[in-house]
Amino acid sequence: MTTVYVPLDTSAVAAGADAAAAAFEAAGVDVVRNGSRGMAWAEPLVEMAAGGARSRGARGEAPPTEGTRLAYRNIAAADVPALIAQGEEHPKCLGKVAEIDYLRDQTRAVFDRAGQDAPLALAKTTVLHDCLGRDPQALIAEIEISGLRGRGGAGFPAHIKWRTVFDTPAEQKYVVCNADEGDSGTFADRLLMEGDPYRLIEGMTIAGLATGATKGYVYLRSEYPIAAGVFQAALDHAYRERLLGADILGSSRAFDLDLFIGAGAYICGEETSLLESLEGKRGEIRAKPPVPAVSGLFGQPTLVHNAISVAAVPAIMQRGGDWYASLGLGRSTGTMAFQLAGNIQRGGLVEVPFGITLDELVHGYGGGTRSGRPVRTVQIGGPLGAYLKPAEFGTKLTYEDMAGLGAGIGHGGIVVFDDSVDLARQARYAFAFCELESCGKCTPCRLGAVRGKETVDALLRARAEGRATEQNLTIIEDLCEVMETASLCQMGGMTPIPVTSAMERFPEDFQP
Amino acid sequence: MTELDNAREIASRNRERVGGVLRALREIVAAQGHVGREQEHVVADVFNLSRAEVRGIVSFYHDLKTTPRPPVEVRVCQAEACQAVGSRELTKRIENHLGLRLGEANDAVGLDAVYCLGLCAQGPSMMVNGRPVARADLPDLAEAIPR
Repeated sequence: MTTVYVPLDTSAVAAGADAAAAAFEAAGVDVVRNGSRGMAWAEPLVEMAAGGARSRGARGEAPPTEGTRLAYRNIAAADVPALIAQGEEHPKCLGKVAEIDYLRDQTRAVFDRAGQDAPLALAKTTVLHDCLGRDPQALIAEIEISGLRGRGGAGFPAHIKWRTVFDTPAEQKYVVCNADEGDSGTFADRLLMEGDPYRLIEGMTIAGLATGATKGYVYLRSEYPIAAGVFQAALDHAYRERLLGADILGSSRAFDLDLFIGAGAYICGEETSLLESLEGKRGEIRAKPPVPAVSGLFGQPTLVHNAISVAAVPAIMQRGGDWYASLGLGRSTGTMAFQLAGNIQRGGLVEVPFGITLDELVHGYGGGTRSGRPVRTVQIGGPLGAYLKPAEFGTKLTYEDMAGLGAGIGHGGIVVFDDSVDLARQARYAFAFCELESCGKCTPCRLGAVRGKETVDALLRARAEGRATEQNLTIIEDLCEVMETASLCQMGGMTPIPVTSAMERFPEDFQP
Repeated sequence: MTELDNAREIASRNRERVGGVLRALREIVAAQGHVGREQEHVVADVFNLSRAEVRGIVSFYHDLKTTPRPPVEVRVCQAEACQAVGSRELTKRIENHLGLRLGEANDAVGLDAVYCLGLCAQGPSMMVNGRPVARADLPDLAEAIPR
């Protein structure tokens, strides 16, 4: 019996995967709901063994290995009868999964399993058993050798956090996973939790074993209901299989993991705000120091990591910190899950070693704009990220090279805009978003965002009426300086980045 | 069971959990569509908090609605990746079609902004009663909203 794989991922469901799956079932074909391969542009991306559904019934036939399945792009329910009848002759056939250039050229350490099978059918552990028998110091040393840095945006060396939590004495320590993926242009956390939740569960457990934390929480945003469902099912299953709980795999080591859903607040992606929220309070940020690794959840030592940082841990433990460190460039080691978004022809997740260029991502993988017009700018690193010019697209994507441009990689989101974009309007949006999402604790952010938005509005009026804008620009520059230097956290501190990067690189948009 | 009894039951069940207050408030909104003043008072009572503290939590989070919601909720993404593929224009078309501005509601439909649904490579995106829609346009509203 041939099986078809129809993703249950949000990006597939939003493009009609449920109807396609129902059509296959109605036609008598077995349907497996797998995770997404990350080729958002091709969703629903349906996979089927070569020979099509006609070959079913060949008893004793070995199941085709997942890489040799044929992939079909953008399959709607209406395509199903023809797809079943024509198999690889179907015009939407992309060939074998493993040979699709978009996937073939990636180096996946985190997303290697996503999409291969139903999320709960994927291997539940790779190295947990080994890690249970290893000394915590050895686990932390492995992370240090790997050079892993936080994937949430700051790029802070992971091992320093791990060692700090380990070294800080406390009755109770915690590991908290930040999956409050609010940056526009990013969807890696979602893809992981919908496609390979055990990767995250295993990474969290290993982090707990290494740091001495026996309780963990995954903080997921409420805008991701499908991720919540898949992850909760995986958690329940992991408890039944004794991968979590008081006696992990019979080792008498304990780690409990719980899912916590946010309530719609971008600021809760900031780690101290997230901890406040997880304690059930308003998500107002805390002043640092103390850092969470010393005093985090309920004042206890807490390892806070982005989901993708945690999910890199099993691969590092399995293949070695040396292997991970051999990928990437300089101090930007390992792979980064870039996400191509916005006005792009082939948007999706591209996990590759650091050092790739924006050109290779935007024009190579991405195929340029969806509209067919020239690329004018990309915003990299979410709403607090810089707008860059095409002339800068040859820069290698590493933490250091991006810092050299006054930009950051953030969580890896790359939003492409064509030449119809108005950068003054984008600057206004940066302030407006900060106004909407500021927690209100510090004045530069709370009031700066409002004044910034009002001043860009005044500038837009002046521009439309053909009047000079210099005065407005001076005020905006002043405001940005205050916000950048005096805000308590990165929300206020980095909102100036999209604004000033737009003003510096596209000054013509701010003139009459 | 009345809505207040239901709220008390939800709050009591979450009392000992980490982040219990927020869990309870979310659950009440999920069950009843919104969290009213009386429900806030019940939560304050169960968690031994002041009413002001609970009000403070409710007012902080976009999801914790304080007024009854219409049967259909439409949330249109307003963030950058969707802006790059015409979300501003789509929003205008939807506003004109429904006769509502973002943040407004009538008896049948509520129209809200959302900032990212994680469909950033397939924008503009929206969510209709919890169902995600990629490359959204007006016809996608048709099946959810009876005319």
